Amino acid sequence: MRELREMKATWIIAVFGILFTLAGPSVLELFTIITLAQVIGLSILALSLALVWGFGGILCFGQTAFFGLGAYAYVIAAINFGGSSWAILVAMLVAAAFAAILGYFVFYGRVSDVYLAVITLTVTLILYSLIRRTSGPEYKIGNALLGGFNGISAPPLNYPWDASAFLFPEQVFYVAMLALIIAYVFCSWLVRTHFGRVCVAIRENEDRAELLAYDTRLYKLGIFTVGAAIAGLGGIFFCIGVSRVTPDVFSLPQSALTIIWVIVGGRGTLIGPILATFALYYLTSALGSQSVLNTNLVLGTILIIFVLGVPKGVVPAISDLMQSRRGRKALRARERRLQRRRPSSTHNATTTEGAE
Amino acid sequence: MKRKAHTVLETRGLSMHFGGVHAVDRVDFTLRENELRCLIGPNGAGKSTFFKCLTGQLNPTAGDVVIRDVHVAGREPHEVASLGVGIKTQVPNVFDGLTVEENIWTAARRWHNAKRAQTLTSDAIERLKLGDIRSTLVGNLAHGQRQWVELGMVIAAEPWLVLLDEPTAGMTHEETARTADLIREINHSATIIVVEHDMQFVRSISQHVTLFHEGAIMMEGTMEEISSDPRAREVYLGSKA
Repeated sequence: MRELREMKATWIIAVFGILFTLAGPSVLELFTIITLAQVIGLSILALSLALVWGFGGILCFGQTAFFGLGAYAYVIAAINFGGSSWAILVAMLVAAAFAAILGYFVFYGRVSDVYLAVITLTVTLILYSLIRRTSGPEYKIGNALLGGFNGISAPPLNYPWDASAFLFPEQVFYVAMLALIIAYVFCSWLVRTHFGRVCVAIRENEDRAELLAYDTRLYKLGIFTVGAAIAGLGGIFFCIGVSRVTPDVFSLPQSALTIIWVIVGGRGTLIGPILATFALYYLTSALGSQSVLNTNLVLGTILIIFVLGVPKGVVPAISDLMQSRRGRKALRARERRLQRRRPSSTHNATTTEGAE
Repeated sequence: MKRKAHTVLETRGLSMHFGGVHAVDRVDFTLRENELRCLIGPNGAGKSTFFKCLTGQLNPTAGDVVIRDVHVAGREPHEVASLGVGIKTQVPNVFDGLTVEENIWTAARRWHNAKRAQTLTSDAIERLKLGDIRSTLVGNLAHGQRQWVELGMVIAAEPWLVLLDEPTAGMTHEETARTADLIREINHSATIIVVEHDMQFVRSISQHVTLFHEGAIMMEGTMEEISSDPRAREVYLGSKA
């Protein structure tokens, strides 16, 4: 497993995640712990888009479709099964299956990038309108009433295969963090496998990948489907965190926010969008508690600043900065070595000049 | 009989029309195993269109392309490449955001397991003398170097049939000479078609040349035969040789 050895940075981040998980409940207030579950859910959504867009090069404007479907599928399955264990699996499968069908038509139909963004966004908005119209007793799946724009209240997580033993908020937090860390490590591993590298190659140049005998449609469909399953997982923790699922998971603001998280955090990284989700979520709640500035105005300004000033996003910008600093340091060290070795040669003067 | 058995690529009545323009018109073309064939012709003669019909980048209007008994006209490029065909397009077509090594590895890994792919990648890098820039992003390289990277991707996949569209475009004299050496080397293990403009380059590599003119094959033969033919000189070589 060459890939696992190459993931040093990933393991370090995962360890930080575990430390945060363990320390969280004893440092943070209970209220924060409860809301954190939904933020973790959202950050898993951001992670899924970071994978699909940042590495697969597929601008899916409606990643929330799979997120919302995951949430709804979880709630409906949990109500019908009377427990959450299988419902988690069902939720991810429903999201993945929906993406596989949608993706089949989009990728095998060779729909171009811009139209793909439009189609995925439209699908989300169709789901939004559709679910909003399901109020009334006739709209139910099994025992679960869909509830229209009021949504459905989400059953809490329980111990595996023991539906009567509910988890406490701290335990929900542990499980959500565990899911986030596993999803993060999984994505990090995936992009280093042969499959993941081909996906990145397709992002760079789809024609070339085809000429190297890769069926690019299949690879794109693959990463799109995996991304959807992860988005579905995020949906589960989001609806558990807010203890209800409403059609708002499919709304336009939610779709746009997801894109903003990835842009701010940085395309081409996995941890960036996760951190950006946490940061922007808490910024939004802080802004919501005051009345001087409009929250959306601030978010819009942030987006414009990032698109114009830090187009690669925070994490890539920081790592570029560190790399160029390290590069300059190495160059200076080489210069010094050269100077010591050839103190009086004319060549020495030209190299120093060149470096400056 | 022996000659027939060795035919590896054949087109029958291959035509590609864009509206009223007959870019390629009923071309019958045969390529035998281990041949190194150059396609030449003036601008707009239809060489590149013909090339793109072979690689699956264009879907021909009529006619057929047969590669080792497989009918490939109208198939996807990846299906053509899956037959073991290495393709280099006219403009450098590389993965700009990946390093030289990653570019070549991606080509080799399609056909081989991780370990073998790594060996092939290192071999290709050594053969093309790309060692110094192996960890550089290809997007930051000069035009000629990008051409080399693409050739490296072709070599690393170990194809039995190699299709090269203007491999020396934008190269210096020295680079062109190295490319000629390399193509002769590849020819030891593979059959090759080269679309080329540079007459000197064609003379230096090819025994057998196909001259395209106005979407059709005007004549085939050695470079000497073609350059001594008055009609061929008129359409193409007249101005240049």
